[in-house]
Amino acid sequence: MGKLLLKDKSIVVPGEDIASGMDYLPGYGTYRETEKIIANRLGLLSIEGRAVRVIPLSGQYIPKTGDVIISKVIDVSFSGWRIDTNSAYSAMLSLKDATSDFIARGSDLTRYFNVGDILVCKVINVTSQKLVDVTTKGLGLRKIKGGRVISVNANKVPRIIGKQDSMVGMIKQATGCKIIVGLNGLVWLEGLPEKELLAVNTIRMIEKESHLSGLTDRIKAFLEKETGNKITESKSE
Amino acid sequence: MNGELKNHVTKLLSADTRLDGRKPEDFRNPIRVDYDVVKTAEGSAKVTIGETEVFAGVKMEVGEPYPDVPEQGTIIVGAELLPLSNPDFELGPPGIQATELARVVDRGIRESKALDFKELCIEEGKKVWLVLIDICTLNDAGNLIDASALAALAALKSTRFPKYDGEKIDYREKTSKKLNVRKEPIAVTVCKISDSFIVDPTTEEEKVIDSRLTVTSEADGTLCALQKGDDQPLTSDDILKMIDIGLEKAKELRKAL
Amino acid sequence: MAYTKRLNGRKNDETREIEAKVGVIKRADGSSYFKMGNTIAYAAVYGPRNLYPRFLQNPEKGILRCNYNMMPFSSSGERVRPGGSRRSKEISLVTGKALLPVLDLDEYPNSVVDVFIELPQTEAGSRCAGICAASMALADAGLLMKDLIAAVSVGKVDNQLLVDLDYSEEAYEDGDVADIPIAMMPNFEKITLIQMDGEMTKDELRKLIEMAKKACKNIYSIMNKALKEKYEVERE
Repeated sequence: MGKLLLKDKSIVVPGEDIASGMDYLPGYGTYRETEKIIANRLGLLSIEGRAVRVIPLSGQYIPKTGDVIISKVIDVSFSGWRIDTNSAYSAMLSLKDATSDFIARGSDLTRYFNVGDILVCKVINVTSQKLVDVTTKGLGLRKIKGGRVISVNANKVPRIIGKQDSMVGMIKQATGCKIIVGLNGLVWLEGLPEKELLAVNTIRMIEKESHLSGLTDRIKAFLEKETGNKITESKSE
Repeated sequence: MNGELKNHVTKLLSADTRLDGRKPEDFRNPIRVDYDVVKTAEGSAKVTIGETEVFAGVKMEVGEPYPDVPEQGTIIVGAELLPLSNPDFELGPPGIQATELARVVDRGIRESKALDFKELCIEEGKKVWLVLIDICTLNDAGNLIDASALAALAALKSTRFPKYDGEKIDYREKTSKKLNVRKEPIAVTVCKISDSFIVDPTTEEEKVIDSRLTVTSEADGTLCALQKGDDQPLTSDDILKMIDIGLEKAKELRKAL
Repeated sequence: MAYTKRLNGRKNDETREIEAKVGVIKRADGSSYFKMGNTIAYAAVYGPRNLYPRFLQNPEKGILRCNYNMMPFSSSGERVRPGGSRRSKEISLVTGKALLPVLDLDEYPNSVVDVFIELPQTEAGSRCAGICAASMALADAGLLMKDLIAAVSVGKVDNQLLVDLDYSEEAYEDGDVADIPIAMMPNFEKITLIQMDGEMTKDELRKLIEMAKKACKNIYSIMNKALKEKYEVERE
């Protein structure tokens, strides 16, 4: 026996009853207390079959293995660089994960990356103590120059990217900007000043309305109106 | 540390625009002054400039005058950069940034003679009114100085004397006697980034400012206080240009009062 | 003269008027505004974030750090000297203890969740308003919480058992006054803070706790609505 007490896609608040009975399974952001499933976190309720979970709408980024992120070098040592990941946990970029060059002991690593450099890197390991290792060796991973970096709600990144890059692809097409969306909530963009601003404003709009339906169409209409150009269906990039 | 950001901001400024699309000499929207927001204060205001929000409150006390000016009361301005308003602000006594802010605000009010300190005298040589102005930041999205100075002035304008029987102040009863604020000193902080001048910097822009000049002026264009800050030098031409900008933009802030 | 009627015709088990808003401090990870009668509290949450000094770090889970502070102009009497007092330090401590039981910080070893509570205007019930504000701000920041924490001051004035004592009741001089701030998990009726100033019998206390439970459930529904409103407003 089981009964859902709230509708799918409703906003839930910690302590709120979501379902009663043993039929439903408590997923992320929920917990079971005797007969009831209760919300553990503020967010969007998602009901898929018998599984209920809460999709976070707020909260800090936590580094995860495999994530491609935008980061900043905050320190240089003998063996590598310390990286700010826009989370509570900084990361280590070791020499071996930065370059295949042979580096003599004691050489000046700032030739490669210096404090303040912006990097696209990938998280390769996160320990239980949240010690994080990253790499810049890999497709698309590198130091980036120029452009600007904005901070977005990390929970909204999937919406900003869209299924198979459809959303970010639309923004790129409409504004002509280069855009890299980091899973840690940092987004790098580069383009003409007014197009960059349009891209930024579009991203802010997606952030605000991420949990509402019909978003893709609204964004498409917004971009077409602002640029005066129609957007064609593009293949994923 | 912020080289990329500075390059980008400079590039945008040479195209006469900024990160948020404003023109270099535009203030953010909205600019808003809310009066009497705190009932427990004798006077108070909350100022909003864009997303920056600052409280100012006035408490009145009776104390002894300074020996060299026995017939005058005075103002004492304090400022707290509350950790609630900015992730980089730490708990603890006011640091140098808060101290500078308080002193710049004080200077504007004091030097413009916005208050006649003689009007604060109760008994010459013995008792005078002390006007205690406290500034507390609520959300720091950049340009705290201008928002704080405006809030302090607005709080003074809303201040009413509490009931005083000659011995004790009854704070629970405000009289209808308002503090006489004769001038409206407005602070505008003009910032130089590379070769361009901007006003009302956001947090991001504050990271790449070369130097700044806070220009406090009165309604008739009289200058009453200046404060240069940040690390790079300014030419006298720069300073005169920044003063012009400060005088012009003060009109916009003054309108919000 | 015995105390028979509350100001504004308030019933014995009625709180003062409450106003709650979430997301009011844009730079914070979570924030809120909570007004109960004439007491106003803002709360901002930053974290989980890096924690220095390192010796404070807990390798098993994140730590919670609360700071309660009154703005200098917030008292209905003299100016409050900035920098905190023994009273505000104690309130900071008990606030943290009131909130911790619902929080799950296992996902954030070696980090800190900072909660800053600032009151621009106080008129009785300030620590409770602070706890309610902090609770909403923590939820807004996306932290895992079993429940929200609701808090209210109950007490006895003369012979009346009352909920949410106001300034005149706390300061009542013609009879005995007992003031009991209580914080709890409203959906579980589990108490996370109880303090008492004054004298009363165990029976009176029992009755007051029941009254507090009812009041806290009501406060929970106001906080629940405020948290949801942030997302409804963004709709259009």
